[in-house]
Amino acid sequence: MIQISNLTKYFDDFCAVDNISFTIQPGEVLGFLGPNGAGKSTTMKIITGFLAPTSGGVTVLGHNVLKDPIAAQLEIGYLPEGAPAYADMTVSAALKFIAQVRGYSGDELKRRIQSVVEKVELQPVLDRRVENLSKGYCRRLGIAQALIHDPKVLILDEPTDGLDPNQKHQVRQLIRNLSKEKTVIISTHILEEVSAVCTRAMILSLGKIVFDGTPVELAAKSDLHNAVRIRLQSSSEEILAELKALSDVQNLTQDESGMITVYPVDGKAILSAVNSVLHKNNSLVEELHVESGQLDDVFRKVTLNHAQPNTVKQEQSA
Amino acid sequence: MSPINIILKRELSAYFATPVAYIFIIIFLMLSGVFTFYLGRFFEQSQASLSSFFNFIPWLYLVLVPAVAMRLWSEERRSGTIELLMTLPITTSQIVIGKFLAAWLFVGLALVLTFPLWLTVNYLGSPDNGVILAGYIGAWLMAGGFLAIGSCLSAATKNQIIAFILTLVVCFLMVVSGFPIVQDVFSSWAPLWLVDGFATLSFLTHFEAISRGVIDLRDLIYFLVLIAAWLYATVLVVDMKKAD
Repeated sequence: MIQISNLTKYFDDFCAVDNISFTIQPGEVLGFLGPNGAGKSTTMKIITGFLAPTSGGVTVLGHNVLKDPIAAQLEIGYLPEGAPAYADMTVSAALKFIAQVRGYSGDELKRRIQSVVEKVELQPVLDRRVENLSKGYCRRLGIAQALIHDPKVLILDEPTDGLDPNQKHQVRQLIRNLSKEKTVIISTHILEEVSAVCTRAMILSLGKIVFDGTPVELAAKSDLHNAVRIRLQSSSEEILAELKALSDVQNLTQDESGMITVYPVDGKAILSAVNSVLHKNNSLVEELHVESGQLDDVFRKVTLNHAQPNTVKQEQSA
Repeated sequence: MSPINIILKRELSAYFATPVAYIFIIIFLMLSGVFTFYLGRFFEQSQASLSSFFNFIPWLYLVLVPAVAMRLWSEERRSGTIELLMTLPITTSQIVIGKFLAAWLFVGLALVLTFPLWLTVNYLGSPDNGVILAGYIGAWLMAGGFLAIGSCLSAATKNQIIAFILTLVVCFLMVVSGFPIVQDVFSSWAPLWLVDGFATLSFLTHFEAISRGVIDLRDLIYFLVLIAAWLYATVLVVDMKKAD
């Protein structure tokens, strides 16, 4: 369990994290979302004890990170942003180093390394130097070192950045398969990743939490949530007018390809109403589906609304 | 294995993972040969001692030791591995000490590899080997001082070149403050206690004392305190600057 209370971090006079509080329970996989500079990485660096906050507190499994960082760090597996690793070491030497620092030796050390190497499929590059690794292998090495002590808390900063679609799938699978007692935080720019692996999504913007809920709740915030898309063989003004006149329909658009999008009021289910209109007019339907909501749409809505009044200093990375 | 040991081993193997270590050792040995035999007039002096070698050691260090020290922390900060290292369950002091000891052992190895000089002088005459041993101990202690300064200044910047130049300048001042010529500049106007204070702080004063063959406790303490102080400063600087 991770508890964060009134966490604030200033870099000089730039506020990277602005008085945020939340708790993550074991079994939760929290997805941190947010534009660059929103405070995702900074928050992770504070949880792992790398950065000291300006004010506020963090406890990891009951250990106060500020007072007793070592006790917290023993429980945490951390993949820092950009998956840094010692360029002059081979993959197996790098893993051995981390395992030794984590207190393993002899057979146990070998077993640990063997197990993470299999988990993230590093076998082909074990003897290769880190500086000669592809971005994908580098990232996987970073994940392997974070997993080597089978930590109860796992913090991964952009774990799938730079991976190809197959590798992304594999890493997501890995995160999903982690044991259910683990507390996991991942940060990502890829919104679909949140619905793919996270049980909880949190959007940060300018150091504040602007959304905290399940990925389903996040999608529900989209204008497109429960919208119905239809393509008719021949559409007429009357049908469009009739659809628009339905009580739960807010709006309706049609693009050049003829795809009609019917937007509901407050995400209400409108499929049956729409369907009955089409039925009544004997329209031939070529395509029909219900949208669950576009996450990037919500993301933009939530972060831009929040960022607009005060957009200064956004270039500073956190 | 203790955390300090693990860090030490990793660092030491990092030296030899690239040609840097070999180049350093070769240049160190070549220059020490040139200094001893050519500039130090080893043969002309016809003395059975290594004083011509030890006289030049501070100047040899001035160029070469900052080169060893400059990568201690700058490289970690530049590549971001410092974040990996500092979020492992080890303390900053353990990392600082482990890294320093690795560099110190490395320079110690280079020093040991000058043993052909010792063989030569023993072949040609019968030197006081106790004095020579004291000279080596002094030289190694002084290397520790150079490295501790370099460690601190390397932590202050991501740029290895800046770390190198800063270390060189500070070490230069630490060496020349004991030099008679420099002391003369001060002695004309500064109070005597200040001039003496400067001289007491100098590497040269203590190194020369040891390399004359007298291992005085005060000289040992000087180097150990100096090393400890700069390493303590390194811990502070690392904690302050690690996230920049």
